[in-house]
Amino acid sequence: MSHHIIEVNDLHYTYPDGTSALSGISFRITHGESVAIVGANAAGKSTLLLHLNGFITPNIGKIRIGDFSLTKKTLPMIRRTLGMVFQDPDDQLFMPTIYDDVAFGPINLGLSKEDVHNKVLDALSSVGILHLKDRPPYRLSGGERRAAAIATVIAMSPDILVMDEPTSNLDPKSRRNLIELLKTFKHTKIIATHDLDMAVDLCERVIVMHNGKIVADGSIMEIFQNDSILFSSHLEKPLRMQGCPKCQNSFIEK
Amino acid sequence: MAKISSALFDIGYIDTLSRQNSLIHGIDTRVKVLTTLVFLITIVSFKTHEISSLFPFFIYPVFLIILADLPFSYFVRKIIIVSPFAVLIGILNPFIDQTIVLYIGKIGISGGLISFFNILLRFILTVLSALILVATSGFNNICIALEKLYVPKMLVIQLLFIYRYLFVLIKEASQMSKGRKLRTFNGKGMGIKVYASLIGHLLLRALNRAQRIHMAMLSRGFDGEIRTASNMKFDKKSFLFFILWSIVFLIMRIYNLPQIVGYFVVIILK
Repeated sequence: MSHHIIEVNDLHYTYPDGTSALSGISFRITHGESVAIVGANAAGKSTLLLHLNGFITPNIGKIRIGDFSLTKKTLPMIRRTLGMVFQDPDDQLFMPTIYDDVAFGPINLGLSKEDVHNKVLDALSSVGILHLKDRPPYRLSGGERRAAAIATVIAMSPDILVMDEPTSNLDPKSRRNLIELLKTFKHTKIIATHDLDMAVDLCERVIVMHNGKIVADGSIMEIFQNDSILFSSHLEKPLRMQGCPKCQNSFIEK
Repeated sequence: MAKISSALFDIGYIDTLSRQNSLIHGIDTRVKVLTTLVFLITIVSFKTHEISSLFPFFIYPVFLIILADLPFSYFVRKIIIVSPFAVLIGILNPFIDQTIVLYIGKIGISGGLISFFNILLRFILTVLSALILVATSGFNNICIALEKLYVPKMLVIQLLFIYRYLFVLIKEASQMSKGRKLRTFNGKGMGIKVYASLIGHLLLRALNRAQRIHMAMLSRGFDGEIRTASNMKFDKKSFLFFILWSIVFLIMRIYNLPQIVGYFVVIILK
């Protein structure tokens, strides 16, 4: 299934104000992979994600999503394949009610009324908030809002899920629920995050970015054991991989 | 700051009211919008010296408030809050027009005073009916109803977005204001200069957010048109509501009911 592949080739991008954000990013993510993109603030994670969906056109470099290379012409197709969950759910939930919001995408795809209705109900129950369907977004808690934002994307049946900081601003239980939820999704996943423990839970592979470059790309367990990479890219070992403060044993065998 | 947050709470409250289940809430929103429109046009069409014939019109808001189980005091408070606008418009009338047009006992009432009261009455009736419309239908439903009534889509979408992001904007503004307040002492730093930059930042933030929202819309196939999935049903009950009230408004507009009642009372007393 070649259509779940993401290929990025030598991506360069400098913002109009002269800030260089990406300088030479290349990677290839294949079908069914879950990849965490980690790095310090302003390492270029968000800029990279915006490229994948065609919101930013690279200065140099090429992006291929599935069978299409990213151009103006293929943009609608690509936006359908690649579902993007934004960091702030308020940006994503712009319709009067949750139902309308989740229906927004499917309606735009031109589905029939009945199909739209089924898709919405499916998406809402898959994230466990079917009972909230008639509520306006500003009446929801942070965790519920996040789930709703994910439902809006799921309803488009994308092949690839791209998420920017999915666990930010969530209380521990909502965070755990979200992780369990994301585990059930079979999509190819790309998750930009500072929550390294969540990354360990969900991803087998990690891409470490620093100053617009890829510093490391590989197995998450190996890279998160490498102190020098973590230190130089302003990261810390995930808590569970650090020694227990009492007995000095790590929860995960080295 | 407290004011900003409580304003937010207040908007939320009228939203809660609109989520009740009552006979009035169940009526098609389009019908309620149209009925309110007929009501407003009738009220506005009155001449500036009518007072007595305006009173029967209170039957409409009072009827709705009772049937829809709305808190009366809430509306009174709302009307008092916006009343300065109406008072300002009419306040000069008693001074401009001082010709005495009628006597109550020995006290002469000037034409200006009457037109002042006329403005107040019409203000109360119109604002009350509009508030009740929102409290029985919900702002979003009204927008969708407007769209179904062929109001330009652009306008409706603007209204929907304003309402949706009002809450976010108020939250951001109150947080900024809190941040400033915590670092101002003895009134220093509360000046207009700081205020200006605060507003400026709010604008920039809003612009940024607008851009992000646009991105979110684009990634879900937005092509310049917003389509909603909601259905509204136009039933017999709604149809009756509109026809009956329109007839009642028309009768109250043509005949001065209090005058007629008074006339009969006088005849009976004789």
